[in-house]
Amino acid sequence: MKMDYTLKELMTIAAAREIRDGDIVFCGTGISMLAAMAAKNISAPNSVIFFETGAIDSLLEEVPLAVSDSRVMFGTSVNGNLADAFATMQNRITGPHVVGIMGAAQIDKYGNLNSTTIGDYFSPKVRFSGSGGACDVASFVGRTITFMQHEKRKFVQKLDYITSPGWLDGPDGRKKAGLPDGGPASVVTNMATMGFDETTKEMFLTGFFPGITPQQILDNMGFEIDVSRAKEVAPPTAYELQILREKCDPQRLILG
Amino acid sequence: MSLKDAVRKYVAAGCHMSIGGFTVSRNPMAAVYEIIRQGIYNIHLYAHSNGQGVDELIGAGCVSRLEIAYAGSGRFAPTCIRFKKAVQSGDIVVEDYSNYQMTLRFLAGAMGVPFLPTRSSLGTDIMAKWGFSAKMRAEDPRLPDQKLTVMDNPFGSWGDAPKLVLVPAINCDVTLIHAQKADREGTVRMEGLVFSDIEQVKSAKHVIVTCEELVEPDDLKANPDQNQIPSFCVDAVVHVPGGAYPTACYRYYDYDPGYLNEYRRYAEDDMLYKKYLEEFIHGLKDHQALLDKAGKDRLDMIRADQRTGYAVGLDRR
Repeated sequence: MKMDYTLKELMTIAAAREIRDGDIVFCGTGISMLAAMAAKNISAPNSVIFFETGAIDSLLEEVPLAVSDSRVMFGTSVNGNLADAFATMQNRITGPHVVGIMGAAQIDKYGNLNSTTIGDYFSPKVRFSGSGGACDVASFVGRTITFMQHEKRKFVQKLDYITSPGWLDGPDGRKKAGLPDGGPASVVTNMATMGFDETTKEMFLTGFFPGITPQQILDNMGFEIDVSRAKEVAPPTAYELQILREKCDPQRLILG
Repeated sequence: MSLKDAVRKYVAAGCHMSIGGFTVSRNPMAAVYEIIRQGIYNIHLYAHSNGQGVDELIGAGCVSRLEIAYAGSGRFAPTCIRFKKAVQSGDIVVEDYSNYQMTLRFLAGAMGVPFLPTRSSLGTDIMAKWGFSAKMRAEDPRLPDQKLTVMDNPFGSWGDAPKLVLVPAINCDVTLIHAQKADREGTVRMEGLVFSDIEQVKSAKHVIVTCEELVEPDDLKANPDQNQIPSFCVDAVVHVPGGAYPTACYRYYDYDPGYLNEYRRYAEDDMLYKKYLEEFIHGLKDHQALLDKAGKDRLDMIRADQRTGYAVGLDRR
């Protein structure tokens, strides 16, 4: 069967489907921004897109290439600042309504994320950008969705550096550390979607992409997850694809 | 005062410095290039999410220590390239924070308190791993004794936050920002997102502001609710149109995708980067010379559209 959509399009749509109408959607650059735009244009018209730089309800006529891009400042309801944006997430009234869309270099079974270094922190093999607002978002908000490439070296037993807290070391991890309620809700990759078990807070497979088997998914991970609850992810509908292609990223700056 | 004189007067070798802007927007690039031209080294640099400015200062060898949350230039360099090389080779010592923590640290400095609390980073390596060792901190009176520390909520169950991370204040010797408008007395008006520029300015001992337009004090006073920084916070105002180039300045110009893509190519190779420094910085007299080198066509291409504040339809591949 020939696919008439790309993997990146499916990933974007799969994440967009996780966004609920009325959510305050924190997004970063790239595919996370695109998923937020797709959700707003398809299934969550009352969601509000917002950026750590302080831009709220950006119109996004063109795809921004950074969260400070002038394109996030156009058509907003409020142009604020960093102090205000992070306070919105730490705020006990507004914070639980925020869904954060993240990305990382490594993830573990509890959804903790590394976006800082591979190898030893003090003499890293590979250095990445660092937390930015990721640690703040993961610490504060009601739930997070994380985009990952599905590779063994990225789904690891133990992170080289914990940049952003997931469920830390299990069900009581966040509480013991003193973090607010909330935490990772799902992970979207180029092969699958995953959730976190209510009781154990361990990652499990919720969906596999058309043409991908659960075994292939496990073969590309550094730890085992439960696959018994997984269903095939519905391919993007013609309408979802049309909105994504024509309205969200017509220049294909992110879709490629 | 000229930018040359302002940098000579307020930026010294070994100073603690912060620069404003965010990734590819409103970085004080003219001032950054002037610091590189003057060969001011051993700078202790602070930033929250800074891209181009931080990367060029590091690439030119001006920075020895860095406290930062994020070093990236959007899609042009998801991790800043000279930053990445310098950390991997041990050429600079870096200490990681989150964006909110860096912002709160500047705010604490601006408020005159030694620290502020947040719930961010509990249970993470941002808490556990210090870039600057305890020994290094004890020996340097300009560094707090601890990176971060956790305290129990002194108000008990009030506020439903049992534990808090305390972040130490930052008070730099000098902060550099680029703004849309300022007057000669030092009142500043930024347009669009202000990022953490206000906190960065108000926590610094000295401040250099470069601006797109130098206007009359009465012009700014006509709409004072749009101004953010009072004159007594600012030591030098320098009129530098295009002063954020090649990063963007909302309502004036976009980032220059051509320049940033070309920069990446230079930055990835040590030999080529030497050539970059010579050709684009040391070999040029001032920022105007860089704009002249970019040329009218390129500058016209990135000129901001009046309706949106950016260059609509700009080829950004």
